[in-house]
Amino acid sequence: MSEPRHRLMGYVREEIMPHRFCSGCGCGTVLNAFTNAVEGIDLDPGRMVCVSGIGCSSWIPSPYFKSDTLHTTHGRPIAFATGVKMMRPDLTVVVIAGDGDVAGIGGNHLIHAARRNIDLSVFMVNNMIYGMTGGQVAPTTPAGVKTTTTPHRNVEPPFRVADLVVAAGAGYVARWTTYHAFPLMESMQNAMTRKGFSFIEIISQCPENYGRRIGLRRAIDFLKMFKEKAIRIEKTRDMSEEELKDRIIIGRLCDRDRPEFADEMHKLTAEQVAGLKASKEAAG
Amino acid sequence: MRKPRTKPAAASKYQPVRPFTEEEFSRVRRVLGQKVLFVQGDAAVSYGALLAGCRFFAGYPITPATETSEILSQLLPRVGGVCIQMEDEIASVGAIIGASRAGAKSMTATSGPGFSLMQENIGYAAMTETPCVIVDVQRSGPSTGQPTEGAQGDIMQAKWGSHGDYELIALSPSTVQECLDLTIDAFNLSEIYSVPVILLTDGIIGHMREKVVLPEFEEVELVWRKAPTRPKDEFQPFFDDGSKIPETATFGTGYHTYITGLTHSDTGYPATDSQPEHHRLVSRLCAKIRDNRDKIIKVQKDYQDGAEENTIGIVSYGVTSRSVNSAVKLLRREGLNIDHLRIITNWPFPEKEVAELAGRAGRIVIPELNLGQVYHSVREAAAGQCDIVPMWKTGGEMHTPDEIIRVVKGNG
Repeated sequence: MSEPRHRLMGYVREEIMPHRFCSGCGCGTVLNAFTNAVEGIDLDPGRMVCVSGIGCSSWIPSPYFKSDTLHTTHGRPIAFATGVKMMRPDLTVVVIAGDGDVAGIGGNHLIHAARRNIDLSVFMVNNMIYGMTGGQVAPTTPAGVKTTTTPHRNVEPPFRVADLVVAAGAGYVARWTTYHAFPLMESMQNAMTRKGFSFIEIISQCPENYGRRIGLRRAIDFLKMFKEKAIRIEKTRDMSEEELKDRIIIGRLCDRDRPEFADEMHKLTAEQVAGLKASKEAAG
Repeated sequence: MRKPRTKPAAASKYQPVRPFTEEEFSRVRRVLGQKVLFVQGDAAVSYGALLAGCRFFAGYPITPATETSEILSQLLPRVGGVCIQMEDEIASVGAIIGASRAGAKSMTATSGPGFSLMQENIGYAAMTETPCVIVDVQRSGPSTGQPTEGAQGDIMQAKWGSHGDYELIALSPSTVQECLDLTIDAFNLSEIYSVPVILLTDGIIGHMREKVVLPEFEEVELVWRKAPTRPKDEFQPFFDDGSKIPETATFGTGYHTYITGLTHSDTGYPATDSQPEHHRLVSRLCAKIRDNRDKIIKVQKDYQDGAEENTIGIVSYGVTSRSVNSAVKLLRREGLNIDHLRIITNWPFPEKEVAELAGRAGRIVIPELNLGQVYHSVREAAAGQCDIVPMWKTGGEMHTPDEIIRVVKGNG
């Protein structure tokens, strides 16, 4: 009798399993939520392009998810994805990468893609640390934390990345944690089915290179912390900044229709081509 | 077990790369208007790109390359293409690589400071064997330098700008007509060898107006990348069929292609901890260019038949060739034996051709608008057969024919 297989095994590149994530890493949860999201809305992976950068979470789609895959340079996946989307607006283009990649070195590409409202789904896994290189301070590391490059303490405030993307003009922005796997999955489905720039900040755990520096050695400790600190955005309306200081605001931060970049460009192309045809006909 | 949906969705209007028809070529010609034009080098590059089938351009404004962005933003939509302005040059190369993988012939244009920013992703294009064209309208550097002045300071950067071992192709036009012709060549070479190709123009040619004659459909050869010949489940994106050049499966055609800048095996999957795999991959990336050097390299030899003793060689490339052409005429009028080797393909470097010239000439003069770049390659290729006399000039002005004549005569 053959081994029982996971029902979603057809969506991953089985030939390169097992995966390389550390024990307790949040990336597995994100891959799980993503694969379920794709299956749930019956997306054809053959018509998806997953683009990723450099860092642990870039390995979620690359190499594990079985679509066309473009594993790019550090911080640049959104720029590469822009080229893919402009030439093939009919494909679902997804970027999965980390906070260091998307908000650190690649922050400029992030805000401009949000401003253009190009139809990409960007899932930023925020583990608050540079994990792959061994635990250096990230633009998302909370102040006061000791890391290998802030051995005394981090004196910088962290980036509120999702809020930045809302301000930059994205169509859809949400924040979830790896504790909220089911709403995360649904949010991913929203992101991939709606038009425009969709951004989900996924607060995730890195027990190996972050947790051990802040006293959270086990994944379960992180998940408990996420559960305690998380607060739905709907409940925050009347709360002061002070009250929200240590909380993780989860849920849908914005959902609005704005003109989409690839659509607008292709509309313009169609106008120009039609104009040329008309003038050719007029010339006889 | 749940199987992913594989049935093809409704036919897409977006098609992968395919040769374009005479009708489409004629459409480009119609958009460009007259057959004979009087235009800048930057414009000729744009026209060459359109005629070569380029349908995606991403760029960032920079003097003296901006006109190419401006012209293509005007014309690309008219031929069904897309031209976008990115947030920087890093993103511009990223976007053209993405578009290339999605099936478009794609290009960007920049100048020195932008070219420096692009090096990261040029290395990525070389590693992932993604066809694309990068135009560098050279200006004086380092750093911001002289934005409006021409220079030839990026020749070495074009070859060695990204880290690690790789080969690419770089071409140097010396006339506006050649800006157009070599842009078409650049696209063809890029598609044949699956490699980024650099077009090294400069601020002088880029902004200079000259007569350009547009080619007819029958006069140009347009090449398109090799499509997969194996069934989808057997296809490997980096398999070497003996030609050293892999076939390209366009995104969205059901091949589940895996592309990474990490060291990879034939499957495309990372093989980062394998010394033999890395060595094999990087050796192939270099060999596919080096082994085909005779097919790739273009030079123009203006040698005097039967010249005997006292032959003086001049090696030139790009805009500098223009002054050399005048100097050669005047020198020959005075009875001197001059062999002029004009380098069109800067990379791979025409070592054989330079060595041959070094065997014929008593010395080789090499004028260039920098403080010694191609000089080093010439000296290496000449291997001590003759003296190499450099003529270095920076600051945005070309060598005058007089200056060259003085050095050739030994009165420099």
